[in-house]
Amino acid sequence: MTDLNPISAASVTPAPRRHLRQLTGRDRGVLGVMIGLPTIIQVILVWLPLVASVVLSFMKWDGLSFTSFHWNGLTNYTFALTQSPQFLPALLHNVVWLLFLAVIGTPLGLLLAVLLDQKIRGSRIYQSIFFLPVMLSVALIGIIWELMYSQDNGFINNLLGTAGTSGAIDWFGNANVNLWAALVAATWRHAGYIMILYLAGLKGVDPSLREAASLDGANGAQTFFRVVFPAMAPTNVIIVVITIIESLRAFDIVWVINGGNNGLELLSVLVVKYLVGETQVIGIGSAFAVVLLVISLVPIVFYLVRTFRNREI
Amino acid sequence: MSAVTVSARTPSRTGPVRRRPHVGTHLFLIVMAVMWLIPLLWSLYTALRPKADTDKYGYFSIAGTYNLQNFIDAWNQGGFPTYFLNSVIITVPTVILTLLFASMMAFAVSRFSWKFNVTLLIMFTAGNLLPPQVLATPIFELFKLIQLPYSISDSGTLLNQLVGVIAANTGFQIGFCTFVLSNYMKAIPTELTEAARVDGAGVWTQYVRIIMPLTRPALAALATLEVIFIYNDYFWPLILIQSGNRLPVTTAINNLQGQFLSNYNLLAAGAVIIVIPTLIVYLALQRQFVAGLTLGASKG
Repeated sequence: MTDLNPISAASVTPAPRRHLRQLTGRDRGVLGVMIGLPTIIQVILVWLPLVASVVLSFMKWDGLSFTSFHWNGLTNYTFALTQSPQFLPALLHNVVWLLFLAVIGTPLGLLLAVLLDQKIRGSRIYQSIFFLPVMLSVALIGIIWELMYSQDNGFINNLLGTAGTSGAIDWFGNANVNLWAALVAATWRHAGYIMILYLAGLKGVDPSLREAASLDGANGAQTFFRVVFPAMAPTNVIIVVITIIESLRAFDIVWVINGGNNGLELLSVLVVKYLVGETQVIGIGSAFAVVLLVISLVPIVFYLVRTFRNREI
Repeated sequence: MSAVTVSARTPSRTGPVRRRPHVGTHLFLIVMAVMWLIPLLWSLYTALRPKADTDKYGYFSIAGTYNLQNFIDAWNQGGFPTYFLNSVIITVPTVILTLLFASMMAFAVSRFSWKFNVTLLIMFTAGNLLPPQVLATPIFELFKLIQLPYSISDSGTLLNQLVGVIAANTGFQIGFCTFVLSNYMKAIPTELTEAARVDGAGVWTQYVRIIMPLTRPALAALATLEVIFIYNDYFWPLILIQSGNRLPVTTAINNLQGQFLSNYNLLAAGAVIIVIPTLIVYLALQRQFVAGLTLGASKG
């Protein structure tokens, strides 16, 4: 992790930059292409689709041609928010997802980081182990945990001794427990991710702060909560944003488990359900997408304000 | 464990105050590490055992034989060569294009002042923070309605084409890479490009000869990170690809799951096969990957 040094240097000296009018015509042209190409790609593949999602949520459209739009007012929203039986469960599950990660997943990652930041024997090996699931795709994590959770053949029910009996819980199938089972699998990945970010954050804390705190008679916990943790404010902001966004983005794992049904509905799943398959109604799917977008804008704007407030690039 | 406790008791090591917490810490970490490894080891263990044995003795047993037959069967029956090839065809161009466009944009916003450079950088950054599902419907419809000659696309559109997945992934990843690279390029001293400019180097030469070579550590870290991101991407192929034999390996998990549902040993072997490329990157380039992750998060 010594590779991080050039990165922390990145925050030190913002270089004074050259104004465009000081450039020759040829250079301005080259720069125009260098700005234009990525911007056009962003416009076509991110910003216009974003606007289109909002527009489509007010439309009735069969998706067959660019001309067959009909204004539909708020009908899509009325259906999505009040008549769709899956909306409230999905919203609730997203909230539970966020709370679970915020109360268990993220603090666990922080705890691991704090423990491993000490000069402890085998720290690197532990880090590698906890970090391993972060490299895996979430879809694959769904499969791996399916093998753990299987009703008759899974590790957990065999460990509990219920496998093959009528008392065996179908962890991913039972609507009362499958959300929690999926969250355990998601935490398996999330905690390692948070650990790595906090390990980098902890390394960035000035060691003299700790020394000063212990000279003032603070114990370990006081030093951490009163001095070290507040000193990691930039990392904390990122962790908060990542935790919220990850819980809004959650999709792959529930889609792999059962297509996001029967206890595993999420907002992201509703968008996709109305996009593919026989239930395709573009306007309603877009209404769900806009709900997801509006919620997502809260952490995104918070992050952008925090990041760009105090700087001219 | 005993070795740790014994050595901790020797007086030459840390004082009595620190001894006990460390033993407790190790105990906690060992328990956690074992819990963390069980899912992967369980998959590997299941994959190494013939189905006949697990049917006979149960999955939670050690009796019977161990061999690699499940891997061979999963590889042959699962269609892995096609899926892996699709993954490569998607991942390599996506990572190259993303880094190319992102580095150009980062160079332009971080090395020159112009009217909208901060605004554009903010919008690029914001785009990557969105849940991709928000963009999915319009992109799907756009790709469906774009008419392409059949000589290029056998579907006549951008749907069901690997190039469509490459485009969607590139568009979505450029924002993040631009943000990271602009932070990095900003710190490169102006004197270097100024000196080159005085010697007659144009903007393109400054980018190719000076800024890009100096950005290499960040590019290497981002490339590693992006290879894993794109290889692990499940969502865009799910939306944009309809033919099973065009799926990359991560999204093909759906097919494998259906195909091997009655045979957990094969499913486990398939899962292990999919882990292997990530594991190679993990062992060879873990530092790069971690650097990439923290690079994106080091600004706030």
